Amino acid sequence: MPLVYCGACSHAPGITARAERADTQTRQALESAFGRMGDEIRATKPDALVVIAAEHFANFFMNNMPAFAMGMADSYEGPIEDEAFLRIKRTTVPGNKALSKRLIERVMQTVDVAYAEEWKFDHGISVPLHFLTPDYDLPIIPANINCQGPPLAPLARAWAFGEALRAAADSVPERIALIGTGGISHWPATPDSGKINQDWDQEFLRRWTANDREALLSYTDAETYRDAGQGGFEIRTFIAAAAAAKGAKGTVQFCEPVPVFAVSCTIARMAVAA
Amino acid sequence: MSLYQVQKLIYELNRDPRTRERFSAGRDAVLAEYALTDEEKGALTKPDIGLLYVLGVNGQLLMHFAALHKVEWPDYLERMRQGLKDHGQVREGVYAATGYEGVEAHDARLKQEREKR
Repeated sequence: MPLVYCGACSHAPGITARAERADTQTRQALESAFGRMGDEIRATKPDALVVIAAEHFANFFMNNMPAFAMGMADSYEGPIEDEAFLRIKRTTVPGNKALSKRLIERVMQTVDVAYAEEWKFDHGISVPLHFLTPDYDLPIIPANINCQGPPLAPLARAWAFGEALRAAADSVPERIALIGTGGISHWPATPDSGKINQDWDQEFLRRWTANDREALLSYTDAETYRDAGQGGFEIRTFIAAAAAAKGAKGTVQFCEPVPVFAVSCTIARMAVAA
Repeated sequence: MSLYQVQKLIYELNRDPRTRERFSAGRDAVLAEYALTDEEKGALTKPDIGLLYVLGVNGQLLMHFAALHKVEWPDYLERMRQGLKDHGQVREGVYAATGYEGVEAHDARLKQEREKR
């Protein structure tokens, strides 16, 4: 089946961990936007949700760092973080090993993806799922792009990974939904946590909604680091989702800077025909 | 200088309950498994979040290491700032401080902008 849903959202741990410290109206609007995104995903009746994440050392470390990885298990545990810190209860999330295997085999035709039969979710996946599938009733296929430990895969390779995921999703009989989750400009877990480059975010989202491949891939990591912080490296997840949309254009459904959440909280969708 | 080793131990402590148990039962035995300088050992043992930050520990590791030690978020940020005062700028990695008005001032500015809309 052709991909039934394609979108992108934030995953900042502050969204749950420091919920009450944000402006109430903004937080409620964000949570509503997440809720609507979940409704829209469910409305496409997906059999599985591919989550392209930028994990933060829950599974992968600099001893053996894959540029790209996909989960291949029937279940995953998460979040790995202290439950009291993240305020999300640790739970078992369903996967689909057989489906993962078929998708991975297809992705491998063009991208050398690592596979993992063990995978612990961190806030990068657990925060979105907390809002999107709060009953954990939709099988998840986790995918990861190394955005943490340089050297990082070039943006063009993140694009290729997104294209490969799309080709894989289209090749199986199941109905596949896909989201990318990451921050745009942000300086998380530094003394500058909360700093946001709103203009840069708006320009990035303009390129993303236009699905302008050339413009999306034109950022260098040095520029991203300077203008969007080390957290900005996570644009790879948005870029892979844009590639998976295969030319479809996007809409930003919510985007507000929330300093205490350390990022412009964003919910966006690509108009793939479901 | 063995930032990799410091980060490896923090990674294991963050994700592996058995390493945490072994660390709290016999810290020195676990530390001996990693090639660490005395400065690094001290920073990990105390734990000195500010010094670990300056040594270049990736924030995505350090944030959770701090939470593991029940260091609250505002305190975590403050300890990093203190680390910069005590030990100078971050020595390695991509988590250097770049300057920021602070969340409160930033929030106030955004609130004004929202009210104007």
